[in-house]
Amino acid sequence: MKTLIKNGMVYHEGHIRKLDILIEDTLISKVGSQIEDKESKVIDAKGKHVFPGFVDIHAHLRDPGHTYKEDIVSGTHAAAHGGVTSLCAMPNTELVVDNIATVDYVQRRAKDLGYAKVYVIAAMTKESLGKEISEMATMKAGGIVGVSDDGNCVQDAKLMLNGMRYARNFDLPVIIHAEDYSLAGKGQINAGIVATRLGLNGLTGLAEETIIARDIMLAEAAGAKLHIAHISTAHSIEMVRDAKERGLNVSCEVTPHHLILTEEACLGYDTNTKMKPPLRTEADRQACIRGLVDGTIDCIATDHAPHADFEKSREFDHAPFGIIGFETAFPALYHYLVKPGIVVLERIVEAYSLIPAQLMGLPDNSIQAGNAADITIVDLQDESFITEEFILSKSKNTPWLNQTLASKIIYTIVDGHISWQED
Amino acid sequence: MTDVPQFLGRNLFDLDDYSAAEILYILEAAKGMKEINLREYKKIPTLRGKTVCTLFVENSTRTRMSFELAASRLSADVVSFEAPISSLGKGESLQDTIYTLDAMGIDLYCFRHSSPGSPQLVHKYSGKPVINGGDGRHAHPTQALLDIFSIWEKLGSLEGLKVAIVGDILNSRVVRSNMIGMRKLGANITVCGPRTLMPTGIEEVYGCRVEYQLAEALRDADVVMGLRMQMERMTDGLFPSLEEYSKYYVLSKDTIKYAKEDALIMHPGPMNRGVEILPEIADGKHSIIVEQVANGVAIRMALMFLILGGKA
Repeated sequence: MKTLIKNGMVYHEGHIRKLDILIEDTLISKVGSQIEDKESKVIDAKGKHVFPGFVDIHAHLRDPGHTYKEDIVSGTHAAAHGGVTSLCAMPNTELVVDNIATVDYVQRRAKDLGYAKVYVIAAMTKESLGKEISEMATMKAGGIVGVSDDGNCVQDAKLMLNGMRYARNFDLPVIIHAEDYSLAGKGQINAGIVATRLGLNGLTGLAEETIIARDIMLAEAAGAKLHIAHISTAHSIEMVRDAKERGLNVSCEVTPHHLILTEEACLGYDTNTKMKPPLRTEADRQACIRGLVDGTIDCIATDHAPHADFEKSREFDHAPFGIIGFETAFPALYHYLVKPGIVVLERIVEAYSLIPAQLMGLPDNSIQAGNAADITIVDLQDESFITEEFILSKSKNTPWLNQTLASKIIYTIVDGHISWQED
Repeated sequence: MTDVPQFLGRNLFDLDDYSAAEILYILEAAKGMKEINLREYKKIPTLRGKTVCTLFVENSTRTRMSFELAASRLSADVVSFEAPISSLGKGESLQDTIYTLDAMGIDLYCFRHSSPGSPQLVHKYSGKPVINGGDGRHAHPTQALLDIFSIWEKLGSLEGLKVAIVGDILNSRVVRSNMIGMRKLGANITVCGPRTLMPTGIEEVYGCRVEYQLAEALRDADVVMGLRMQMERMTDGLFPSLEEYSKYYVLSKDTIKYAKEDALIMHPGPMNRGVEILPEIADGKHSIIVEQVANGVAIRMALMFLILGGKA
């Protein structure tokens, strides 16, 4: 089977230019101008943008265990709807993905039924309890791409050090959710003026920053590859900048919501503005944008975290933390950052496709002959109306619910097959 | 008749939704209600046929009684629902509880809950007006209104008054609602307590002044309000002992001398005598602490009357 994508504006070698792409079976076979092939099915991408498939390295598919929130099928379907062709699933499911059997379950189910490629990040400690390290080597042989106790944070520094040393042994990146529990306390939103006004317990940025400081030091000592998930404060970004200048193997990601929203969004007690780390101040948001632009922040990841309506309908301080992200990520980034001229389109594309793939050691997904045909086609002139019907995820917990965002994903192609197509 | 404030069917989540003129209108209405409370036969038929629910997901006998008395004196039917004996304690969600209560035909909810912002949910799920009887540390507007009423009744106006509020500012919903309401009526607020009990950015959010030394806070104050100091804060590591707290922040003859000679002394209760306030001040001739409680019933009557559209 052959598919020819004609006349699109293609992200290729760092630039966006008019190119055609020929796909044969699962691979890209040719990239060039004015390719003709009579046997091919043609996708006319005139006026559309063609990007390497998005790679979201931070997602919660809730499967196994909490399949009323999401499962591997609905989660990957939502991913495809958002232009995501590969994603990394976090292990904090019920059962925790801390052993080869659960790793196999997620991988097999995704392979059989998924709309996007799923790579597994396994728990660094057994049951993510932060007590004993998991069988990382066995799971690495079984296909995992990294280890993390995401959702939890290893409080015991000695265990963290050992986890990093062991992970290094098997060339696995350690991904951290940085949160010192004693400082975080019962914090609900950023500790600041909005928390004061709303009477909610504050979650201080120090809870994130002290762990990042600790883990950079531990990673240096262990020689480990450290990836910091959902970075959110100006101080945290400064520490990463310093670590990079010192040549350490440290990287980090930022979520679309930390790039776009601030604690002000919490003022109406909307539980869809409640997540960890919390939305921060405008100064922190600006630091996130600067970090993304100058490369201190390597990539974008959504931390897609589905929760059912009945859970998010609870009192603010009883509702769970987290929001979904796949289906709003690109439109929100385009709407709030690219269109107003704050971040260039090319940077958003590479930070949400090529770079995260490199960080997690996934196959190269740039648009080049010989690579897997993982491609996303976007109409920047159209718009996405984020209704409950629009959202394919089982859960609808997004702060952009019922808002219109510029741009729309019209095709998602995974291994040469159309995984999402807008009618 | 020009611009008569409209209250019918409105919620009272906090005082920021109410203008100075509306607050003054409520105070006037409460004055009339207070007279009824002084009669031998303390009841008027104005809300006959209406049903008021006091829904308290956090214990408070006094505030609940005050709401219930207010509703009874207006002849409304009153049902009460308290968490520990309720299905909310059994894990039913607030949403389901409200659906259940609403099916029984409630016209007005008086609601207390430890979760900030939860009164908005009661309105969202019932569609009925809600009076916030205290939501976590966020707001306690009926307490603020009765405090404002108590000052207004004594001094005629709050314009230009210096009000000092002393104690656990961090955990106080009373202080937050009072700052909003009193500032709307022209008062200047100073809050005072140790740094560990002071919320981030309170000056910016509420336009108040912050003092960490009691003498400075009380200087030339027209009104001094003490707040209840809770033992739990000690185990939270926010202050070392009641003795030490008292040594630096108690309202006593020695400390009150910095305020104006006839400064009004207030406290939202219940008091810890000997911790935040000494009996010599609490029971002194400028104390209006007991009157605050009486005024609470009048204010709540006025609010129910206005919100449920009672006939005068």
